[in-house]
Amino acid sequence: MEKIAGLYSYWVVVVLMMAGLYIMIARYNLVKKIIGLGLFQTSIFYLYITMGKVSGGTAPILVHGDVQPVFSNPVPHVLILTAIVVGVATSAVALALIVRIYEEFGSIEADEIAIIEAQEPEA
Amino acid sequence: MNPLWTLVPPLAVIPFILFFGEKRKNLREASIIVAGLALLLINNLIYNDLVAGGTPQSGEFAIMANYSLKLSAEPMGVIFGLLASFLWVVTTVYSIGYMRGHHEINQTRFYTCFALALAAVMGAAYADNLLTLFVAYEVITISTFPLVTHAGGEAARKAGKVYIGILMSTSIAFLLPAIIWTTVVSGSMDFVPGGVLTGAGLSNGSLAFLLALFVFGIAKSGLMPFHRWLPAAMVAPTPVSALLHAVAVVKTGVFSLLKIVTYTFGIDLVTISGAAYFLLPVAGFTIIAASIVAFTKDNLKARLAYSTIGQLAYIVLAALLATVMSVSGGVLHIVMHAFGKITLFFCAGAILVALHKSEISKLNGIGRRMPITMGCFFIGAVSIIGLPPAGGAWSKLLIAGGSLETGTIVWAMILMFSTLLNIAYLLPIPLRAFLKPDPDLKPGERATMQEAPFACLWAIMLTTITCLVLFLYPAPLTDLIGMIQWR
Amino acid sequence: MYEQLPALMILVPFTAAPVCVVFRHALASWVIALAASLFSLFAAWQVLEHVRTVGIIRYKVGGWAAPSGIEYYIDTLNASVLLLVSGISCIVLVYAYRSVIKQVPLAKHYLFYTAWLMCMSGLLGIVITGDAFNVFVFLEVSSLATYMLISMGSDRRALTASFRYLIMGSVGASFILIGIGFLYAATGTLNMIDISERIPNSESQRAVLVAFSFICIGVMIKAAIFPLHAWLANAYTYAPVAVTAFLAGTATKVSLYVLLRFFFSIFGYEYSFGQLLLNGVLLPAAVAGFILMSLVAVYQTDLRRMLAYSSVAQLGYIVAGISLASQAGLTAGIVHILNHALVKSALFMAVGCIIYQVGHAHRPSFDDLFKRMPFTCIAFIIAGLGLIGVPLTVGFISKFALIEASMDRGWWLIAALILVSSLMAVVYIGRVVEVMLFRQSRTSTPEVSGMSEAPLSMLAPMYLLIVIGLYFGINGDATLSLAGEAAEQLLGGF
Repeated sequence: MEKIAGLYSYWVVVVLMMAGLYIMIARYNLVKKIIGLGLFQTSIFYLYITMGKVSGGTAPILVHGDVQPVFSNPVPHVLILTAIVVGVATSAVALALIVRIYEEFGSIEADEIAIIEAQEPEA
Repeated sequence: MNPLWTLVPPLAVIPFILFFGEKRKNLREASIIVAGLALLLINNLIYNDLVAGGTPQSGEFAIMANYSLKLSAEPMGVIFGLLASFLWVVTTVYSIGYMRGHHEINQTRFYTCFALALAAVMGAAYADNLLTLFVAYEVITISTFPLVTHAGGEAARKAGKVYIGILMSTSIAFLLPAIIWTTVVSGSMDFVPGGVLTGAGLSNGSLAFLLALFVFGIAKSGLMPFHRWLPAAMVAPTPVSALLHAVAVVKTGVFSLLKIVTYTFGIDLVTISGAAYFLLPVAGFTIIAASIVAFTKDNLKARLAYSTIGQLAYIVLAALLATVMSVSGGVLHIVMHAFGKITLFFCAGAILVALHKSEISKLNGIGRRMPITMGCFFIGAVSIIGLPPAGGAWSKLLIAGGSLETGTIVWAMILMFSTLLNIAYLLPIPLRAFLKPDPDLKPGERATMQEAPFACLWAIMLTTITCLVLFLYPAPLTDLIGMIQWR
Repeated sequence: MYEQLPALMILVPFTAAPVCVVFRHALASWVIALAASLFSLFAAWQVLEHVRTVGIIRYKVGGWAAPSGIEYYIDTLNASVLLLVSGISCIVLVYAYRSVIKQVPLAKHYLFYTAWLMCMSGLLGIVITGDAFNVFVFLEVSSLATYMLISMGSDRRALTASFRYLIMGSVGASFILIGIGFLYAATGTLNMIDISERIPNSESQRAVLVAFSFICIGVMIKAAIFPLHAWLANAYTYAPVAVTAFLAGTATKVSLYVLLRFFFSIFGYEYSFGQLLLNGVLLPAAVAGFILMSLVAVYQTDLRRMLAYSSVAQLGYIVAGISLASQAGLTAGIVHILNHALVKSALFMAVGCIIYQVGHAHRPSFDDLFKRMPFTCIAFIIAGLGLIGVPLTVGFISKFALIEASMDRGWWLIAALILVSSLMAVVYIGRVVEVMLFRQSRTSTPEVSGMSEAPLSMLAPMYLLIVIGLYFGINGDATLSLAGEAAEQLLGGF
């Protein structure tokens, strides 16, 4: 019970990650794939934040006095700030690509596009 | 004399060939002859050095840390180098007549690739280690490819595919791993008297497998089942067939094999380990099968090609028997067969140029129109068969003697049986030419002389005379062979 | 300034990229991109010299010391990969100018060169950094730029190819991110050297194991190691051909570098191959890759697709060399990273020349190619011989080293399979050469077929690569000793 309840945060990560992966694999709609990718990446952010958390910890700010408060590890937070930016950029590029795909193929369904592509001459 | 010099004339002449080009044919061809004579002179100087007791060798050029390209002269290489350079001159003279008489296209490209191939042959002849040999071997394959496909068109495409396919595949699939394996177990790639593999700790089975890799990897020796490239290569112009596919390329194959048996394995190791035991029947089979196939070929060049396959298998057999006598015979046979076969190819080309005939069945009675050519053909055929008074007799005798030395009579019997087959498929050609009536002539009409251009004829007569001289005076060759360090 | 070269090598192209956007001019962007690439090449050259003569460089970015700051760690291996990436970038950029004019609308050229610079600086960054998280950041920088570059292909299928790569690539990068996270959890540091020191003593070996697995899969996706190569074929086929020539020589090679760095330097040779038997994963993948992908390449009619599959196969050789995990095997793998980059980029450039003049790369539709484009065909043949591994080409050096290494280790079957795969290379290159040389024009207007070669600005860089290839084929010792040094450092850990 301790394993499940005590580490519930990690379970959330696992569920989110699998849900994201599932969406990416199972959905033909390109936008939904990107939603899946976003979910997947978010779960990783969550993983990092969870790792950095120290129970009872606060923000890592120096205070006057001899006793410093317990604080959470700031490094994962900083890393994830970078990763979020990367994730946003990836989504932006992906959505731009989807727009272009829609202009060219008239569809954003992977299976329909595959049929159109199969009919085109080689190269 | 540094053997590196042998690469200079054939490479240095290429800019001249390209510069003179089609417009100044005479200068172009003169430059090749000058290069050929220079090459012959250089080879001769190396020969003198060697006979005087020197060891002519080049510096090392490392292409990988422990493996370098290096040339050095030893008796076999000198013989091969002299042979190839002498015949290059002769073939060039012949080509002048042939290519002009036949109005071939792209002659500049032809002579360029020819010179490149010759340079590579020199590299193979004087290779001091397996790597150098392999490099030269592959350069020969690639540089002769444009020669084989010279005519263009569908036939050339198919032939080129077979040619490059077999030669390159076997060299990559068998020869390369054999070389690397040798290096891994013996730590050396060098050709050393007595071989490097003795004491390398290979079991007899591994030795046999390694030898098989070498024998089949060197598909240029035309051993069945990797012989198909040689008949395919016959679509090339006759001078190519004559020099490259009767002498330079195929002899590079068997020469490499002789060298590997002598200097990588060591003849004692081959004999003691019985490594060649399973390969001898392959050579024996090739000898007989090629002779039988030659029978069925009506195209003269195709018949000569299969004859070459059979004759090359003699040398393979000689190498695999691995006695001093048989290997000596193999080396000698490189020379003897070269002169005999090049004569035959020259004659085939002369007939093609003069009478535009390439099928044996159409040669009836041409002996009266081309008496010199067909006379020379007869002598060349006698040399190939191995009868006195032509040089082929000596080498065949030595190989047969070598096979008796090993105590098994079967290989000698195969040689003798093959001699009978040779007689049966070669001699009818001059007989037909001289004795059968000419179908193109009306009864009572006398044949007029219709010989090939003088340049061709001159070359044919020179090689024919050499065939005879080599019977009467083989001493320089046998002396040189006597200098080979077997152990 | 001189000591700052490691940082400038990345910063100059990185800041040059937005400058291109400011100019919004095709030629100006090209000049900027080329100048920045040349600078990186110069810097990489200097760095390699320094590493080989003086020793390993540990550069503190911004002056912040290692554990909290980012450190650039440069030894022989990544110095040579840096040189490779910037060198290929320079050469292909010269080539790209004319090639891109035909394949990308003029209005997008400045974006093209912007993305190119981002891609290159990203790749350089991955290679140079000594910080695990930094690897991820630069990986994404280069990947995003790569998606952009690929999507600029003239065929609309470039878009879907790019999208597919984006999904696969993001998943791969995310896996690496997860792995790095677990490494951080286990060791409490992101500096590669610190991680490698703390892994053996870490209390949570389970986390290390998880990190190892995630990074392994992530890198295999990015490096297109069979069977995770699905994104590569379409991406290489439909991208502008200059991009393909660039990526074929750099992107997958850089991912392989990451693989080497993580498994040998960070996790350590003992851990990866001794304890976890990584070769049990890599070797079957490598062998299946070079056999199956060579076979697939034989049946391709489009040259770009054929070369793409051949790339996956050649990556298999490299991975096979790596999974030998011996000094000789690693040397062979690393030397093939360099050699294959030279050969494959040259081949794609030759195909690009054909596309430039003929308009397609569909093998059965070629005719009279040799008459029309003799220089391109000769270049293709020489590079093709290099791919096959004919002596005096680079391919021979690496193939020789690889077979020697596997025989040395007693892996006879692997050696035999490598040869089988080489034979398939003979077939697929041979088929193209056959068509080039012998396919006659079927429109039966012989007088039309004059010479129509690609422009000099495309031929010259292509031949430069080929000459470099021949040089390293003849003087194989130059690259082999470099690779040997790198292998020694890798096996020795940090």
